[in-house]
Amino acid sequence: MIEFLASHTPGPHHWLVLSMILFSIGLYGVLSRSNAVGVLMSVEIMLNSAAMNFVIFNKYISPAAVDGQIMAIFAIAVAAAEAVVGMAIFVAIYRRRWSIDVSTMDLMKD
Amino acid sequence: MKFAWLIPAIPLMSFILVGLVLRPLSKRIAGLTATAAIFVCAALAYLLAWEYFSSCAHEYAAIVPVTFEWLRYQAGLSVQMGVLVDPISVLLMVVVTTVSALVHLYSIGYMHEDYGRFFTYLNLFTFSMLGLVAAVNIVQMYVFWELVGVSSFLLIGFYYKKHSAVAASNKAFIVTRFSDLGFLTGILILGYYGFKFFVDTSAGQTGPFDFAYLNSAAFTTKIASMPSGIFDFSILTLSMVLVFIGAAGKSAMFPLHIWLPDAMEGPTPVSALIHAATMVVAGVYLVARLFPAFAASGSALMMVAYVGAFTSLFAAIIGITQDDIKRVLAFSTLSQIGYMMLALGVATPAHPLGYTASMFHLFTHAFFKALLFLAAGAVIHAVSTNNIWEMGGLRKKMPVTHITFLIAALAIAGIYPFAGFFSKDEILASALGNGHTLIFAVALTVAALTAVYMFRIYFVAFTGKARTHHALHAHEAPKIMLIPLIVLAILSAIAGFVPMGNFVRIGPNVHNGINHTIAIAASAAAVLGIAAAWFFYAGQTARAAGAAKTFGVIYLAAKQKFYIDELYMFITKSILFRFVASPIAWFDRHIVDGGVNLSGFLTRMTGQKLRFAQTGQVQTYGFWFAGGLLLVMLVIWAAIGVKS
Repeated sequence: MIEFLASHTPGPHHWLVLSMILFSIGLYGVLSRSNAVGVLMSVEIMLNSAAMNFVIFNKYISPAAVDGQIMAIFAIAVAAAEAVVGMAIFVAIYRRRWSIDVSTMDLMKD
Repeated sequence: MKFAWLIPAIPLMSFILVGLVLRPLSKRIAGLTATAAIFVCAALAYLLAWEYFSSCAHEYAAIVPVTFEWLRYQAGLSVQMGVLVDPISVLLMVVVTTVSALVHLYSIGYMHEDYGRFFTYLNLFTFSMLGLVAAVNIVQMYVFWELVGVSSFLLIGFYYKKHSAVAASNKAFIVTRFSDLGFLTGILILGYYGFKFFVDTSAGQTGPFDFAYLNSAAFTTKIASMPSGIFDFSILTLSMVLVFIGAAGKSAMFPLHIWLPDAMEGPTPVSALIHAATMVVAGVYLVARLFPAFAASGSALMMVAYVGAFTSLFAAIIGITQDDIKRVLAFSTLSQIGYMMLALGVATPAHPLGYTASMFHLFTHAFFKALLFLAAGAVIHAVSTNNIWEMGGLRKKMPVTHITFLIAALAIAGIYPFAGFFSKDEILASALGNGHTLIFAVALTVAALTAVYMFRIYFVAFTGKARTHHALHAHEAPKIMLIPLIVLAILSAIAGFVPMGNFVRIGPNVHNGINHTIAIAASAAAVLGIAAAWFFYAGQTARAAGAAKTFGVIYLAAKQKFYIDELYMFITKSILFRFVASPIAWFDRHIVDGGVNLSGFLTRMTGQKLRFAQTGQVQTYGFWFAGGLLLVMLVIWAAIGVKS
């Protein structure tokens, strides 16, 4: 197992495929979860996959610089703030409707 | 003469002032301001006449003291607006401002309701008429021609709650618009050839629309030799005939006369000003203005003469049978305008007496016909009916009105020394002098008929016994209405002594003075007419009824105005509306509108169906968004391929 891992060092493709799998899982969650918190969590997964892309490209294109990593940290910080705002909105919605089921939220229809 | 532009400008300013500012404030102030403005205008017109005739006494001179460019199409083709001062425009300015001022004064006493609106319209009319008279080119004349048409429309329909008044105003507008189509076509033809052949022949003219150019021999001879392809008319004859159609509509010449009798639905001062003295002679003025061009095309001028002669006879016969005092006067107006047209028609450049005679008759007619209408208005005001058979015995009740009406009736009948005698004498002399025996005979007959219908009114309305309660208790009109009557009576009595031949003429050899043979014949005809009226109508009605029975069908036909209105109704309603207008209307409503509605319906239905795609759920939108994105990515991928 160790030899296998040592001889098959993952290249950029592998990392990008992983990022894409994460993104797809997130997208699927966003589109299919009916609980708003679940939707938010799925969004977080998508954000993480994007942040991961920064790190991957930084490592394989210009490993000397750290721009990508800084960007990823930025994204994590922004995602944290956004999660707070999102949760606050859900609390507000819950207080109003006693439900945070997104499939019942269709006011935009009117 | 620089101030000449003020003559049309003052009524315009007063129109704006009265219409926008004073009308809601006070009816007195509105009426007085409007009247004062026209009096100032009249004073300026007299000053202009005095200045003009003292400076160019014995020659024809057209002076253009002011112009400005109004429309510029291209280099050499622009339309000016301005004031033209020449003998006939000065004459008309004097006539229009005088009659208008007196009618304004009269209206202060006559009108009761809606004062401000009435004076606003009257001012608008006076402005338009003066603009028309002062026109320097045919386009300016056309613009003001339509403006007088509009003011006439507004004033005929002044009592807009009365159905007949509204119908009459529409009729007047539609009939004159129809004829104006001829005028406009004529202008376009003249303008086209005028621009094509334009050569600057004199310093005074500015473009191919100018009357000076249209009348110039250089232009008329050129287009007189070009065939138009319609009958045997040359371009000149065709355009002149078309222009005359416009003139005939405005002046209510025979087949287009039907609007004028109905126009009497308007207030009586309006009838006096617009439908007797000024606007209806615009057609005569137009023919006089283009006289050299008409004369260059002999057949167009002949048409003017015969249409005029026929109308004057036709209208005089109808006039005898009408019972409504204003309608008799309306037919009398038709007849007298026919006289003016006839006089223009018989004039030739070599023997232009008819030209002077026509303008002379226009001048005198304006005064006595306005007077007749205003006196009739005073009578209507007193007895509240238009029917002469409900009047009677007004001689003693309304002495001033009676005397002034009598003077006007004598003037129109052509009794010496009243005004009509002199102008009719000149018209008859010009017809006979140029060898038109038939026209002369018609004119002489009309002179007798004029006396008959006029004294028929006089004897029925003013003499004998009062026939109704209203007539018995009639009172003289207020002083403010009597002043214009008296002034016009004086003018009707003395206007004939104006030596018109010294002022208004075209070319040489103007006969100036009384032709004794003709004077005796005309006076005999007039006296005969008065005697006939006295015989049939003074004091009793049995003889008139007997005469009506003798003439039977002819009398009935004349009473029904020879069924011309019915004929027009038949042509328009049963033929044009039914077979042309309604199929077209059906096509428009069902096919054209249907097509438009169909496209609207399709759009609405599509929207209706697509509405269900909007669920309002973010996840559905997100799904479509992601799917779309994927699709786009696949398309791009397929298009550019993947580099490996």
